[in-house]
Amino acid sequence: MKARPLGGPILTPTTIALTAMCVLTAIILLVRFVFGLGAVTNLSNGYPWGIWLAYDVAAGTAVACGGFALALVTYALNHGQYSPIMRPAVLASMFGYAMGGFSVLVDISRWWNFWHILWPTYFNFNSVMIEVALCISAYTTILMLEFAPAMVEKAVEWTGRRSANLHGITLKVEKVLNRVLIVIVAVGMTLPTMHQSSLGTLLIPFGATMSPLWNTPVLPFLFLMTALCIGYAMVIFESTLVSDRFSRPSHAEILGQLAKFMMGTIAAFLVVRVVDVAVRGKVPLIFTSGMLGLFFIIETLLFVGALYVLWNRKRRMTPRHQFIAAVFIVVGGVLYRMDSYIVSYHRPGWSYFPSVPEMFISFGIIAVEILGYVLLIKFLPVLHEVNSANGPFWVRADSGKQSAWSRISGH
Amino acid sequence: MTNGLAEQDLVGQRLGLSRRAFMQLCTGVAATLGLGLSEGKVIAQAILSKRRPPVIWLHFAECTGCTESMLRSEHPALDRLLLELISLDYHETLFAGAGHQAEEARDASMAENKGKYVLVVEGAIPTAENGIYCKVGGKTALEIVRKCSEGAAAVIALGSCAAWGGMPSTGPNPTGCTGVAEILGKTVVNIPGCPPNPYNFLSTVIHYLTYGRLPELDAQGRPKFAYGRLIHENCERRPHFDAGRFAQQFGDDGHRQGWCLYKLGCKGPETYANCPSILFCDAGSGSWPVGTGHPCIGCTEKGIGFAKPIHALADLKFVGPIANSSRIVEPQGNGITVLTAAVAAGVAGVLVGAAAIKATQLSNEPHPEQEHSQKEEKP
Amino acid sequence: MSISRRAFLRATALTGAAASVVTAKAASAREPGAKTIPPNAPGMLFDSTLCVGCKACMTACREANGTHPEVTTKDALWDAPLDLSANTLTVIKAWSDGAAEHKDEETDGYAFVKKSCLHCVEPACVSVCPVSAMTKDANTGVVHYDPKACIGCRYCVAACPFGVPRFDYDKSIARLNKCQLCESRRAEGKITACAEVCPTGATLFGTVEELAAEADRRHRMKPGERAFFPRRTVNSGDTHEKQAPHYQARTYGVSEVGGTQVRLLSAVSYDKLGYPTLPDKPFVETAEEIQHSLYKGMIAPAVLFGILLILVKRAHDHRPPDARDLEGKDKR
Repeated sequence: MKARPLGGPILTPTTIALTAMCVLTAIILLVRFVFGLGAVTNLSNGYPWGIWLAYDVAAGTAVACGGFALALVTYALNHGQYSPIMRPAVLASMFGYAMGGFSVLVDISRWWNFWHILWPTYFNFNSVMIEVALCISAYTTILMLEFAPAMVEKAVEWTGRRSANLHGITLKVEKVLNRVLIVIVAVGMTLPTMHQSSLGTLLIPFGATMSPLWNTPVLPFLFLMTALCIGYAMVIFESTLVSDRFSRPSHAEILGQLAKFMMGTIAAFLVVRVVDVAVRGKVPLIFTSGMLGLFFIIETLLFVGALYVLWNRKRRMTPRHQFIAAVFIVVGGVLYRMDSYIVSYHRPGWSYFPSVPEMFISFGIIAVEILGYVLLIKFLPVLHEVNSANGPFWVRADSGKQSAWSRISGH
Repeated sequence: MTNGLAEQDLVGQRLGLSRRAFMQLCTGVAATLGLGLSEGKVIAQAILSKRRPPVIWLHFAECTGCTESMLRSEHPALDRLLLELISLDYHETLFAGAGHQAEEARDASMAENKGKYVLVVEGAIPTAENGIYCKVGGKTALEIVRKCSEGAAAVIALGSCAAWGGMPSTGPNPTGCTGVAEILGKTVVNIPGCPPNPYNFLSTVIHYLTYGRLPELDAQGRPKFAYGRLIHENCERRPHFDAGRFAQQFGDDGHRQGWCLYKLGCKGPETYANCPSILFCDAGSGSWPVGTGHPCIGCTEKGIGFAKPIHALADLKFVGPIANSSRIVEPQGNGITVLTAAVAAGVAGVLVGAAAIKATQLSNEPHPEQEHSQKEEKP
Repeated sequence: MSISRRAFLRATALTGAAASVVTAKAASAREPGAKTIPPNAPGMLFDSTLCVGCKACMTACREANGTHPEVTTKDALWDAPLDLSANTLTVIKAWSDGAAEHKDEETDGYAFVKKSCLHCVEPACVSVCPVSAMTKDANTGVVHYDPKACIGCRYCVAACPFGVPRFDYDKSIARLNKCQLCESRRAEGKITACAEVCPTGATLFGTVEELAAEADRRHRMKPGERAFFPRRTVNSGDTHEKQAPHYQARTYGVSEVGGTQVRLLSAVSYDKLGYPTLPDKPFVETAEEIQHSLYKGMIAPAVLFGILLILVKRAHDHRPPDARDLEGKDKR
C-alpha cells in the first residue's frame, strides 16, 4: 500500500468556484497595494491589527498545525499507524503556513522593507515578533522539505518513464532526502513549539489594553496547547472530508486514537485557562464585562463540548462524532485566538469590524489553501490507501454506496 | 408727525446738518444701542420733538479724560448735537463761568428741575477722612454727590473712576476713592472705561430720551449693549489666539504681523467692553489699544484695570471648552455596519449549516477497533 | 521506545505547569537593575492647570514638523484633529464635567490635557519592534523612529500603553509618526517648539532632573497662594504670577510603566484626562523575561531538538519490517 495521486478532472465546480474567489482576491489585493490599507480595510490606530493578522496568521497557522501535531505522535511517540495520514496533513500545513506568511506580507504597511525581518543587522531580540517571524519562515521551508518526498516520488516515477538521466538524478535526490528527513522532521517539531507559543507571548506587551480574561503570563502555554488541539482537529476534519468527498475508505480507526491525544491537549488547555483566570481573581469579569464575557463562555463551551462528544469510547470511533468534535475545536480554538488578538483589545472610543473587502481577502487566502490542496492531492502521491483488516470502512451513513461524484470521476 | 420733514429741515438748519446726515446719525445711534435700524426713525422723532432735559455734570477725582473723549467724537458735530439735545446746566470743563456763580447756577437748576434732571458724574469720590481729599467750593465731593443725586431722575457714572474707583483707587488707595454707585446705594448707570467710548454714553442718553427709560443693565449697572460681551469675543485678533499665534515680545515677527497679544498680558479674555466693535476716535480700523499692538489693560473692569499688572496673563472667562475641542475619548475607527454584519453572519451561517449537514451525513457507526491499534508491533 | 498515553499526558501537564511557573514568576517581581534615565536627558513637563487650551503648541508643532491641518468639523474651516495621528504629533484635549464652568475642578469643571510621546524610560515600542525601527538614544533617552528600517507591522502602535505611535492608513507608501522632541531644533540648540510658544508655561522643556525639581516645587505650593510660574524653560526668567492650584498628589510619569521623560501635573485626576493608572513594571518587561528565559542561548530549543531527534531516529530505526518509510515508502 502506498500513496497515489487521486487523479480526476481539474476543472470541477469546486475548483472553478475557488479559482474565481482567488481572482477576486487578487483584484482586491491590487487595490490594497495601490491605494493603501485604509482603502480596503477597517484598520485604524485604535485597532492596528485586524483579521488578517488575527485570523490568517495567528489562527490560520494553528489551523496549519496538523503536520506538527501529527508528527509528535507519529515520530516522537512512535505511533507509526498514523503515517498514512501524514502526507495530507503536511500538505495542508504547508499551504496554511505559506498563506500565513503571505498574509503577513499583505498586511504590513511598508512591505518593501519586509526583508529586514530576515536580515541580521536589523534584528531586535527583545521583540517576540522577530522570533516568530524567523521561526515561521524557517518552518515554512521545513514543511516544503517535509512534503518534498511526495514531489520527488512523482518525479522519480515520471522521469522513470521518460529519461534515464533525469531518473538517475531524481533517485539521488530521493536518497539524500531520506537521509536528512530525520533531522528535518525533528526540526519540524521544534520550530512550531517555539513560534506557536510565542504567538501567545506576542500579546503580553498589550498589558492593560487587553482584557485580563485573555491577557496572562501563561499565554505561551495556552497558545501551544491550542496549536496542538487545533492541529489534531484539522487532521480529523480534513481526513473525514476527503474520505467523504472522494468516496474513499475512512481512517476513522486511527482518527479515533488521535482523538485521545486531542482530548489530552484540550484538557490541559481548559484546566490551565480556567485555573489561571481564577488565580488572578478575574472570574467575576466573565459575568460583568458584557460581550467579552459572552465570548469567553462560548470559547470554553466549545472546548468542553468537544471533550463531551469524544468522551464515550464508541462515539469516539464514529466519523460523525469525530467530525463534530473537530469542528468544535477548530471553531473554539480559532475563536480563542481571534479573541486574544482583537476582541479582548480595546482603546477607549475606538471600534473595529472588518470591512467586506478585508473579509474577502481572508476568504480568498483560505480559497488558495483549499484549491492548492485539492489540486495537489490529484497530481501528487499524497493520499494513502487504507490498511484495515476488517475491510474498507466508509464515512458515509449510507456506507458502501458510491457517491455520484465518484461515479463521474471514475474512482 | 405731520410736519416731520419740515421739522427735520429746521433741525438741520439749526444743527448745520442735512436731513440725510441727520437720519444717518440717528440710525447709527440705533445700531450702537443694538436696536433695529428702523429704530433710527423713532430716535429722530424723539430728538426733534422732546424737550431738552437738563444735565448736571460733576467732576471729582478724575483726569477729565472722559470729557475730552466726549469732545473728540466726530460724527457730525456731535458735541454740538449733544449741547442741542440737552440743556447742559453745569459742566466745569466747558463752562466759561467759574466760582460761586457757577455753583449757584447749578443749585438753581437742580431746584427748578427737581426730579427731571440727569446727573452725570465723572471721577471717583474720595471717602477717606470724611472725603477731604476732593473739595469743590468748600464742599467735599461726598457731600456734593449726595446732594445732587437726591433730585436726579437718573445718575450716570461716566468712566471707570466714577463706576468703581478707577485709577485713583489703585492700591493702596490712600484717599479711599470709590465709585458712585457704592456711595449712593441706588441704581446708577455705569459707563466704565478709561476713557469710555463716547458713543456708549451718547447712546445711553439718547435711549433714555427716546424711550423714557434706561437701556438694559447688567449686574454691575453697565448697559448690556456695550458691556455684554468680552473683548475676547469680538477681537479681530481672535483667530490668532485660536490658532495659537502669539506675539512673544514687542516688535518681534509675530507682533509685526498683528498676532494675538495674550502672552503679552492682554486682558481681553476677562474684560467686558465693546472696544473692538466700535473703536475710538473715528480714525478707522485698528484704532483701539489691541489694534495698535498694545495688550488691553482691562480698564473697564474692577480688579483688573489698574490692579492686575499690565503684562500678567489674563484668566480666561470661558463658559466651557470651545465647541471643536477634541474630547478625551472620541469615537473613532470603523465599527460594525449592517453590511459587514450581514456578510459575516451570512458566511458563518453557511459554514455552520454545511458542517451540520455534513455531520448528519456521516456515519454514526464506530470503526471496529483492533487489538493492536494502540501501539505498533514490537520487532 | 514508546511512551504510553498516560506518560504523554503527564509530561504535557508537567511541562505546562513548569512553563506557567516560569512565566508567572517573570510576571510578578520587578527585576533589579531596571533601566534609568541618562543624566541631563531632555524632557518636558506639562501642567494642566496652566493650560488654557489655546493650542499654540499644536500650531508650533505643525510648523516644526511640517504637518498639515486636519479638518474634522462640518464646516471644514478649522484645524481640529480629534486625536494624535500620523499627521498630528501633539494634541490638546478638553475634559469637562456637567456645566463645565470651573477650570481644573472635578465637579462641573473642565481641564485641558496635552497628548504626545512620553519618551518612556523602558519604551514598549522599542522593545517590540522586530527590526529596530524604534530606538532609544543612549545619551538623550529620546525615542526615535527610523522609517527606513520600519516594515509597518504596527506592533508599536498596538503595544504602546499610551497609544502614541500612529500609522497613516490613507496612503499606499505610508509611515508612522510620533513626537521626537523636535530633533532638528535640539540639534540647533533650541528647545521644543511647543515649549517655545506656550504662553502660560504649561509646557516646559528642560532636563528631567530640573523639571522634576520644578514639579516638586509646585507640589509644595499652598493652594491659593500667589506663585510664580516660568515659561519656556525652568530658568528662563520669563515668569508670570498666578494663584497656586490644588494639584493631584503625584506627578504622572515618575513611575508609570518604568517612568517617562515627559511628565504631567494636574488638578483633575489623571485617568479622567486619558492617562490611565498603570503598574510600575512595564508590560514589555514581562514578555522579555519570558522570551529570554525560554530562549536564552537557544539552550532550551536545542535540548528539545536533541530529544526529538533521538525519538524520531528511534522510531525510524525500530519501525516494523512491513511498515512504511518515514513518508510512506516501503522499506527497502
